[in-house]
Formats: sequence, structure tokens, C-alpha cells
Amino acid sequence: MNAEDARALPKLQTLGLCAFFGESQVLGGIDLEIAEHRVTAVIGPSGCGKSTFVRCLNRMHEVVPHARVSGQVLLESQDIYARDVDPVRVRRRVGMVFQKANPFPTLSIRDNVFAGLRLNGIQIDDPDTLLEQSLRRVALWDEVKDHLGRAGTSLSGGQQQRLCIARSLALEPEVLLMDEPCSALDPIATARVEELIHELRQSYTIVIVTHNMQQAARVADFTAFFYLGKLVEYGRTDVIFTRPKERRTEDYITGRFG
Amino acid sequence: MRLERYAWRRLVDRAVRAGCVLSMGLALLPLCSVLYYVFSRGVGGLDLAFFSELPKPVGEPGGGMAPAITGTLKLVGLSCLFAIPPGVLAGVYLSERGETRFGRVARFAADVLSGVPSITVGLFVYAVVVTTMKHFSAFAGGIALAVLMLPTIARSTEELLKLVPEALREAALGLGVPHWRATIRVVLRTAAPGIAVGVMLAVARAAGETAPLLFTAFNNRFAAESLFEPTASLPVSIYTYALSPYEDWHRQAWSAALVLLLVVLLLNVSARLLVRHRVGGR
Amino acid sequence: MASSGRTVGGAASLLRARSKLLARLGSERNWADFLFRRVTWLCALLVVTTLGSIALTMAIASLPAFRELGAGFVFGTVWDPARRIFGALPFVYGTVVSSLLALLLSVPVSLGIAIYLSELAPDWLRNVLGFLVELLAAVPSVVYGLWGIFVLSPWLRDSIQPLLSDWFGFLPAFSGPAHGFGMLAGGVVLAIMITPTIASVGREVLRAVPLSLREAALALGATRWESVRIAVLPLARSGLIGATLLGLGRALGETMAITLVIGNRAEISASLFAPGYTMASVLANEFSEATGELHLAALAEIGLLLFVVTVLLNLLARVLVFRVAAGSARGRP
Repeated sequence: MNAEDARALPKLQTLGLCAFFGESQVLGGIDLEIAEHRVTAVIGPSGCGKSTFVRCLNRMHEVVPHARVSGQVLLESQDIYARDVDPVRVRRRVGMVFQKANPFPTLSIRDNVFAGLRLNGIQIDDPDTLLEQSLRRVALWDEVKDHLGRAGTSLSGGQQQRLCIARSLALEPEVLLMDEPCSALDPIATARVEELIHELRQSYTIVIVTHNMQQAARVADFTAFFYLGKLVEYGRTDVIFTRPKERRTEDYITGRFG
Repeated sequence: MRLERYAWRRLVDRAVRAGCVLSMGLALLPLCSVLYYVFSRGVGGLDLAFFSELPKPVGEPGGGMAPAITGTLKLVGLSCLFAIPPGVLAGVYLSERGETRFGRVARFAADVLSGVPSITVGLFVYAVVVTTMKHFSAFAGGIALAVLMLPTIARSTEELLKLVPEALREAALGLGVPHWRATIRVVLRTAAPGIAVGVMLAVARAAGETAPLLFTAFNNRFAAESLFEPTASLPVSIYTYALSPYEDWHRQAWSAALVLLLVVLLLNVSARLLVRHRVGGR
Repeated sequence: MASSGRTVGGAASLLRARSKLLARLGSERNWADFLFRRVTWLCALLVVTTLGSIALTMAIASLPAFRELGAGFVFGTVWDPARRIFGALPFVYGTVVSSLLALLLSVPVSLGIAIYLSELAPDWLRNVLGFLVELLAAVPSVVYGLWGIFVLSPWLRDSIQPLLSDWFGFLPAFSGPAHGFGMLAGGVVLAIMITPTIASVGREVLRAVPLSLREAALALGATRWESVRIAVLPLARSGLIGATLLGLGRALGETMAITLVIGNRAEISASLFAPGYTMASVLANEFSEATGELHLAALAEIGLLLFVVTVLLNLLARVLVFRVAAGSARGRP
């Protein structure tokens, strides 16, 4: 990492972010700054609230019944939980890729890429260019260009996940949240997605949740370690993995965890 | 001794099996009989006049059932118009908000409503619509049939929407699609074939209903010119013709029953095929 | 908006899309979503208000009858609108007797079908037979009525009723002249019509019992029937009763078929061969030509009675069926 990192503006910032499912609290008072055009990894044991955390960043948490949030999330210093903010607009600016690839089963590969634009009622002027561009960006073009009319669900798992990424990117979000995007993929497909993250980093701010520490070390500039709904440690990835300040972080990354 | 007891047990088993097969046969017997008689007695009367002519005055032979056929089409069309949109949307509500207190009340009401006798629905629509409008009409009949379809459509839509994976809804919401668009264009669209099956079965049931039409659409020997006049329908015509003392009207009643039965069977069979196609396609 | 640092740009269309999308987070609420939620809520409310209005309308319409006739209404045995005498007992009697007769005929057959379809039939046959049972439910009521008049009644008159009076003629139920039309014909038609209801709900209830229980019984050396009797029926019992009540609810409210075959005479007779009258039938026959307010109100009260009874039956049935379904869901692996 170079000195440039210090100058990077926080794209997203959480202030005292708490999340609840009904009565039980799953996130407690998270303060975190996410740098623009960087990859930030969120790691931690399962059930530590890392998925909930990213779902709070584009107001997807509240989609689940009885789920609620307190605290603030600033997107370029504007609170996305402010009362007059429409969650729909937040989600257009902060895109999301889910753990399990979820292309629309009734749509073709082509229409899956356009789905976000079409569903948002946006006119597509030059669909062919946009399609090729979007699929090239996720390195899927060469694999699917001959059968763009096939169902999105006919692809392999890794291809489906890249299709979902392309679908999100077609909307040109500023931030891309990835909730364990590789957990259902084989190692080769995982490598493709990681390469992709590395390229996307230049134009997007990426937050990736992963249970795989090597993956965090490979792709992320910054890493946040969550444990039992709290942010334990946050810093540059190389620092977190080589000289963690907290004992619990060290235990986790060295695999000495109970 | 032990073997004997086993033989006895096996005998009982066989007897019960035979009893079950017999029950199945007993139930299919009336079905076959109904189908046989409706086809054999009805098919002769299906000529051009049946479909195109007005009924003759009481007691005169000849004539057709054109007003009843168009009337049934009108009634079914109106009831679809009145029942499908609110039924599907109520189903959306039940699937999304069904666990709130009002959601439970609404589901409960739908279940109760689907058990209300159809004749009672006829009385209700008579009291509310016919007495205010001062005359029988296809409009009132359509409402009566819609009341019968509404709970069925709402509940079947709810069940089908619950089968749509949450991941799809989240995918759409994650793309910044507003809730209403995600629901209509992604969730409802995915469940559409199943919802269509539910609607078709509801329509098939409504098309054959007679009791709620007796005091709403009533009857009409002539073709009703507007939706606000008394309107004939196939089921009501079958009823009145069956009770008449004329041989020729009985013949026409059988033909009308055949037409009605064909429509209902067609809807049921295609609903069935649609289900199979959908299950096989996945 | 910090979008200038982008290196992977898009086509012109993309940029335009972006500028439309990202103007701001939105200072207004999402009215379309708000509206959509409201509309679905209203549609759900429509279901509730429809049910409520039916109850209310019937109650209001029958008020004059309540006031003038009181409780004697239900117990009066004479119905003569011309003399303004309104006693509903013949209709209540006809409805109850024809429905019970229908249950008596239908329940054993329906249970046999339910057991056959859920436990015994081979897979390929199961779907076909299940569909045929559904068709039995799909035939319109008035078509059953037509068939009842011209096929069933003559057959009962010529073949069944003489046999019954030969064998059981000493019983009042099977005495008197055989017309064909009458309580017996009504009961048989109703039995045919409620069989698919009881059979298909019963089949669902039986299927809700976990497979592992059947297998446990079979592994202990039980025959197929014993496994059903020991492992399945006890758990399914309340659900099967619920299925029967649903069938009863349908029988009570059934109108057209029974109106065409029961004979429509407001008399209470011990003989099943004699004509009768049901609550639903009198509504169908007299409502549109009712003379006078009291006649209308009396009919409305019959409608209200029918409504209340069928609603209560349905509620009870649903509770029973639901209990089995919910219990099995818990027991499932």
C-alpha cells in the first residue's frame, strides 16, 4: 500500500450502527469508514454479524420481517437512514451481490444483464454494446456470447455469480457489496471472481464479506474483523494479517479460535 | 396357529384394499354416468341454431341458446374483471404481511368466505346491488360470481407467492428496484403460471354456478343489449329448461349442459396440463 | 457526486442512465411503494368487508322476521306465504336429513378413496384417479341436477326404491309410494357432490402424516392396512373429521342439484321416499317472487341461518384440518 491510501476519502461511513432482528441485537455500535475505490473485506466467524453489516449498508437488512436498524450510515456524508431518504435510491447507488447466485430464472442471460435497467424503467439506447461491455467486464462474454438467449440459470455456478455481478454493474453503482460471493463456488471459479474484484477496484468501492481469510488477504486493501456483533479491529489488510493489535484477531487469523 | 393368524391378517388387508378400490369405482360410476348422459343426450342438439338463435316462446319447439351463451361469457368476463385484480393483490398482501394481526384476520376471512353457500352470496348481492339499481343485470351477476372467486384467487395466489424464493425478491431489491416493481415484475411474474392455474380453476367453478345468478343476472329470453339488463346464462337456462314440461327444452338443456361441461372440463384439463408442464420444466 | 475517477467508463447510454439514477438519494418518500402497499392492503380489506357485509346485510334483511315471528320461526311446521304463516322447520328438517343422508352414503366411500389414493394406489394411477376425483368436483351443480331429474330419479324409482321397500318396508323411512324425486334422491345427489371434497381433503390429511411412521409399522411386520390403521389413522383422525365437516358444509349450502330432485314440498315426513324441501331450495324458488316484506324477511332469516351454520362448520373443520397439518409439519425430519 502506498501513501495514496491515506488521502482516499471515506465513501461510506457508519456511526454507531446497530442492527436487530425483533428483540435480539445482532450488531452493536459499529463505527467504520470505507475508503473509496478500495476493497474492504469483512471477516469473522459465522454468526458474527458480518452479513448483516453489509446488508445495512444498502438498507437490505430491513427487507427481512421484524428487522430494524439504529445509528447512521453516511454515503458521501449523507445519512442513508435519514427519514426522507428512499431506500430504493440507496440501493441503486450501492449495489449488492448475494451469497448464492440468484439470476432471474424466467429471463435469458441477455435479459438478466438488462434486468436492473429494465425494472427501473430506464431506456437502453444501445443494448448490444451495453451487453457486450457488461459481460466483458465480468469476463463472461467469451463464454456466453453464442447463447445469450439461454436461461440465466443454465450457466454454471461461477458463471451465474459473474452474471449477477454484471447485472449489478449494468446499473453503474458506486459501491458494490458482495456477501460471500464465492462461498458456493469451486476454486477455479473463485479465482475468476477474485481477479474480477481486483479489476473492479479501479472504478468501484467494494465491500466483500468472506469467511475465507486467504481470500481477504488476497483481494482486500482494508480488513475489518467482526466478532459477536462488534467490530474488533479494522485496518490495512497487511497490518491486520501480520501485526494485529487485538488478541482475538490474532487468535482468529491464526486459526486458534474456539 | 401363528400362520393361520397371519393368513387372517392378510385376508383383512386384502379385504380393505378391495374395499378401497370399490370406493374408487363407486365414485367414478356417477362421473361416468353424468359424462355419458350429457354427451349422448346433448350432442344431438348442438346445431347451428343452438348457438345462433334466440329461444322460442314458451312451448314452441326450435330456437337456440345464443343469449345464454353470450350471457355466460359476459358474466364470466365481468367476474374476472372484478375478482382477479383484487384477488391477486390481496394474495400479495397475505404473502407479504400475512403474519400481522390484520393479515391473519384477512386470511381467516378469505377461508370463511370460500365456505359461504353460493345462494347466500346471491341474496347478498341482490340486497346490495339489485335493490339499489332497481333491476337485475349482468353487472350484478358478475359481482356475485366475483365474490365467489375472490377468496379462492387470493388464497391460491398467496400459497404460490410463498413458493417464490426470497433470493429473487432480494436480487431485484438489491438492484435498486422499488418494492412494487419487484413484486409485480419479478415475484408475480415468476409465480404467474401457478396463479393462472388458480384463476382458471376459480373461473371454471364460477362459470357453472347457478344459485347466485338467480336473483342477480336473472334471465332473459332475448339478447341483453347492455350489461345493465337482465341477462340469460347457460346454468340458469339449464335450470329453467329442466323444470319445464317440454321435451324440446329438455333436449336443449342437455345440449347446454354439454357446452357448459366442455368449458369446465377444458379449463380443468388445461390447468392440470399447465401444472404438469411447469413442474416438468423445472 | 464523485464519479469522475472512473476508469472503466460506459457507453453514452450508460452515463445517461447513471445521471438519471444518481441525481440524489431522494428527498421525497417513495410514493409508488407507499401506494402499492396501500392498494394491496385495501384488497385484503375488501375480502374482510365482503364477509362482514354479507353477515350484516342478511341480519338487517331478516330483522322484520325476527321481530314479528321470534323464535317460533325455527320451530313452526307450516309454511304458507299466502296466509302469512312462516314456519321454517320443514326446511331445516329437509336440509339436515338430506345432508346427514349424504354423509352416511359418502363418508365410507370418501375415506376409502382417500386411503386408496394416499396409501395404496400405484404412482401412475394416483395422479389419474386424483384428477378424476377433481373432475367429480368440477361438474357444475346444475348439471348434477339435470342428471338427477332425468337419470338418477327414474333409476331410483324403478330399481332401488322397490328393492328397499321389499326388504325394509317395515321401517317408516322406506315406506310410501316411490316417486323417484324426494329426500332419497336429494341425499344421493348430495353424496356424489361432497365425495370429492371429503376425499381430497382427507387425502391431504393422510399425506401429512410422516412417512417414517408408516415405515416403522411396516418394519414391525404390519400389513399395509395395519400400518394405516395403527400409524396413520390415529394421527389423522381429527383432520378426517374436519374433512367430513367441510363436506357437510358443502351439502348444507348446496342449492341447484338438490332443488331439482328433492321434490320441493314443505312437509316433514318420516319417509325418505317422500318429497322434502331444503333451506337453500326455498331461497332459490321463492326469493325472486316473494310477496310482501315479511315473506322476504323470513327468507332472509333462512339465508342468515344457513350462513351462520355453514360458517361455524367451516371454522371448526379448518381448525381440525389445520391441527393435523401443523402437527405433522413439526414431526417431519
